[in-house]
Amino acid sequence: MTTFETKIMAGCCAKPALRELMLTLSPKDQDMLRGDLGAAAKMAMSIVVRMAEVAGAQELLDISAAHIDSTVYIGEAGLEFAERLASLGAKVAVPTTLNVSGLDEHHWQEWAVPSDWARQAYRQMVAYQGMGTIPTWTCAPYQTEMRPAFGQQIAWGESNAIVFANSVLGARTERYPDLFDICCAITGRVPAMGLNLTEQRAGQLLFRLIDIPERLQQSDDFYPVLGNLVGKASLDKIPVIDGMESHPDEDQLKAFGAAAASSGGVALFHMVRITPEAQTLQEAFQGRTPSETIEVRMDRLRETRRELTHTDSNELHMVVLGSPHFSLAEFRRLAPMVSGKRKHPDVKFLVTSSRAMTQLARQAGLLETLEAFGAQITVDTCILTSPMLPAEIQNLMTNSAKFAYYTPGLLGKKIAFGSLEDCVNSAVAGEVVRDESLWQK
Amino acid sequence: MAEITLQGKVIIRGEARGKALVSHEPLSFWGGYDWKTGEIIDRRHPLSGSIAKDKILAVPFTRGSSTTTAVLLEAIRAGTAPAAILTTDIDFFFALASVVAEELYAAPLPLVALAESDFAQLKTDDEIIIRRSGQLSVIRRR
Repeated sequence: MTTFETKIMAGCCAKPALRELMLTLSPKDQDMLRGDLGAAAKMAMSIVVRMAEVAGAQELLDISAAHIDSTVYIGEAGLEFAERLASLGAKVAVPTTLNVSGLDEHHWQEWAVPSDWARQAYRQMVAYQGMGTIPTWTCAPYQTEMRPAFGQQIAWGESNAIVFANSVLGARTERYPDLFDICCAITGRVPAMGLNLTEQRAGQLLFRLIDIPERLQQSDDFYPVLGNLVGKASLDKIPVIDGMESHPDEDQLKAFGAAAASSGGVALFHMVRITPEAQTLQEAFQGRTPSETIEVRMDRLRETRRELTHTDSNELHMVVLGSPHFSLAEFRRLAPMVSGKRKHPDVKFLVTSSRAMTQLARQAGLLETLEAFGAQITVDTCILTSPMLPAEIQNLMTNSAKFAYYTPGLLGKKIAFGSLEDCVNSAVAGEVVRDESLWQK
Repeated sequence: MAEITLQGKVIIRGEARGKALVSHEPLSFWGGYDWKTGEIIDRRHPLSGSIAKDKILAVPFTRGSSTTTAVLLEAIRAGTAPAAILTTDIDFFFALASVVAEELYAAPLPLVALAESDFAQLKTDDEIIIRRSGQLSVIRRR
């Protein structure tokens, strides 16, 4: 029976005994652990070291960027953690972006957010903003100027951001939980483990697309459905997708990743000839053999698409778009679809995005078109992280598999899934309508 | 009544005793665990509707959201957390919540990883005693 206790060796030169798990810390790591670099760095490093031991890591690695998901306000404990670090003088050691918070800082009063809740969530925003971070307030930090480069070691929180950074950009981050991301940012260090290491980035499961029409592969709603299917079957394994005939764009890959990271714990996927570590099938698996091959056919995709809808009713109170946060390209796609139309008076139409993207969309003249349609925009947060929806809104529709996955549990509301165009048409019709032509036999 | 003894791998050391709540489906605590009540609220999960407060929760690992840790930490602070969690592998998300709970509240949550074949023997409503060594007694009433 092996135990998982590890010893921290003093000094950098001690040689670990054969087969004994041992964490070696650099002199600077040890300075931090002793408190020589301040009380906040001490607390952060002690958590990093403790977790490195749990994971069986043998050393810590430098990172050059971080993204903090701990900004999402859940309750008192998370706030106490943030304010403890802040009160100890925490400062991040690397450029650090912030994920969504619990409220749209300047517009939350337009929604149903309780004011005492807003006060707490705002305190949490202030605590993290005071640590020298960049207040991006977005779950799509890869679509900001802080987009990481291929091979860059980073510590990112937020499941959709993690899977995008690893898979689409080839940056390297483990699937770091909330509260740990900020400890890595403060220390500039991560345990050498998992997806930070080349050999642990090899594909494990092979998904082969069989007889999937190219027209469907080009459609937007194919990607969240495929992602949901792959995530559910992969769980914590690394999936490789082969047989794509279409070359998905960035927002399609974003929708795929967010879906796979919701229905499963996917933190890295490879798409053969599409993602950077998978120019060939062999490269995706690093020359190894898949542990399992799963055939993806239309019947299975249709079933997965049905599962994303969590209601039997066509009733509709609100369309929600923007999980992950809407990009400029997505605003550009949506604007002509709604141009000259007006949503049904009984249906709300919400797009969630970042301040930066919304600003760009306004400059491009896209928001006027959306507003004329009757759309509302929320920034900094989304319906899952802010208690913004009034109680009378019970039936939602979305094109996001992530919204579809989490809404029933987190909000206790019903949700229907459809394409972007279905969402627009439903908002106009006042009830859920879908174009089934691409999905039929 | 039958009793079996299993040896697990200690992830976070501690003692606990309680009724088991077992699933072979991984679980995200964000959108899956109501920290105000301890109820499993992922409506697509087999344990949906069960109360995990003070139980020995056995799930293979976490899925999905990176917010699972924050939700478990809230549950520990609110007294609605499971008494301990059993997994099939080291689950970094659960472990971090336990480490931070120790740091903030001196209240770590015991975590033990079991071999898959041992995990497969667990059933909901088994009485489980977890010892500091990672040894488990599993008592089943028939």
